[in-house]
Amino acid sequence: MKSLKNHISLIIALFTVLFSVQIYVAVDRTIAAYETRLKNDYSIIVVANKTLSPAEFKAMDSIIERSDVIATDQVLKRLEGEMSKKNLDLLKLTLPKFYRIYLSRFPTPYEISKLQKRLQKHASIERVEGYAQTHDTVYKLMLLFKDVVQIFSIAIAAVTSLLILKEMRLWQFQHSDRMSIMALFGAPVWLRSAVLFRLAIVDAIIATIVLCLAFLLIEQYGWMDLLLRTVGITIELFDFVNDAGRSLLIALGVSIILTLTIVIGNSEEE
Amino acid sequence: MDKDIIAENLSLSYKEFETIISKANFSIDAGSFVFITGASGSDKSTLLKSFYGAIEPRAGQLVVGGVKMNRISTSKLNFLRRHIGIVFQDYKLIKEWTIEKNVMLPLIISGYTKDVSSAQVQKLLGHVKLIHQAGKYPPELSGGEQQRVAMARALAHNPILILADEPTGNLDEYSSQVIWNLLEGANTQLKTTVVIVTHNIPNSITVPYKHYHIEMGNIHEVS
Repeated sequence: MKSLKNHISLIIALFTVLFSVQIYVAVDRTIAAYETRLKNDYSIIVVANKTLSPAEFKAMDSIIERSDVIATDQVLKRLEGEMSKKNLDLLKLTLPKFYRIYLSRFPTPYEISKLQKRLQKHASIERVEGYAQTHDTVYKLMLLFKDVVQIFSIAIAAVTSLLILKEMRLWQFQHSDRMSIMALFGAPVWLRSAVLFRLAIVDAIIATIVLCLAFLLIEQYGWMDLLLRTVGITIELFDFVNDAGRSLLIALGVSIILTLTIVIGNSEEE
Repeated sequence: MDKDIIAENLSLSYKEFETIISKANFSIDAGSFVFITGASGSDKSTLLKSFYGAIEPRAGQLVVGGVKMNRISTSKLNFLRRHIGIVFQDYKLIKEWTIEKNVMLPLIISGYTKDVSSAQVQKLLGHVKLIHQAGKYPPELSGGEQQRVAMARALAHNPILILADEPTGNLDEYSSQVIWNLLEGANTQLKTTVVIVTHNIPNSITVPYKHYHIEMGNIHEVS
């Protein structure tokens, strides 16, 4: 019972580290998906005094993916009844060219400002509208959310690492009699500490399995998926191959490094 | 004759300005049987501890099994301990291990295969008359039985040197006799050097032995 309690303490601590890392990964994926959505919806309007080809736009900045001409025919058609054909033809000739520029990825506010300046430097371009204010608010909110999750994950990882370290010190205390007897018969440090490593590895594997089960439940229940779909985002919350593999590596890494810390600390005390 | 233990001006102490053993000079021949006696608190156990590196010489020189004990490295100390069998007054058995596994400990450390280890353990448990207790745990055994297990463990890896600290201190007559027989047997049949720290030398000892006595931090041979 006592042993089970010890295992559960470490499993819960490792699970918390893995869960916070996975939440960070999921948030990162959500933001990436949201960025793609924003990118698809986002465009810059350029007003030019002469025709510019898509190649010319692309040459201005590598972030420019494509450019579409905004047709002025509809506006001019509406003016047909109010203006003479001669004036209309004159207007058609003097009317600037409107372009909608699409970008290859969702830009940072700095990239927008840089792009705007670069476009404005072009002799044929008269005006650039980047809708920077709207874009900036959404993007900053997203980054703030990402940063908060990141800080939260780091804090959880730090606190739980300390808890794991404390738990392992307890283990070491519990096993100290056996370890000192083994030392009297010449057992090297790794052999004396083998049981600590074995416990750490087993608990890391169990914590990873619990994490997989937790995300399986979340996916089965579907509320998270539903929540994301309402904002137009579809992501894979937990990839049962890559995420499980990474989680196992993290759990093993954390538990082995902390066990090593205890073991090395102990061998130096001898 | 080869020496298993050589002490030259050996001084031992736990604290810097306190001397327990002072400038001791003695040597123990390989294959000999040696008793170290002394009154309670004469630090004969401390001297024994220095032989297996649990306490380092404060001054002078101590060589055990050809290994200098002054500022000995952990790896050298582990190597030396793998060739020594130690019997403690408080047995020092691993409580959560079976009797069989406890006896197997030195063989596990030395990297013997399970088959070899099992055969050796069965043989030794037969010698200490505990073969029927192999699957039990130390707390289930009496003090005498536990010390016989500790004795079997000390012999498991055929050590060159056996160090015993009051091996029969609290034991019944039967267990004491088993222990003495085994120590004498190891010395006569396997030529193992045996060093025993005790209050009294039993009358039943049949092997020739050397006797050192500790008094006021000085060691002298009793002829």
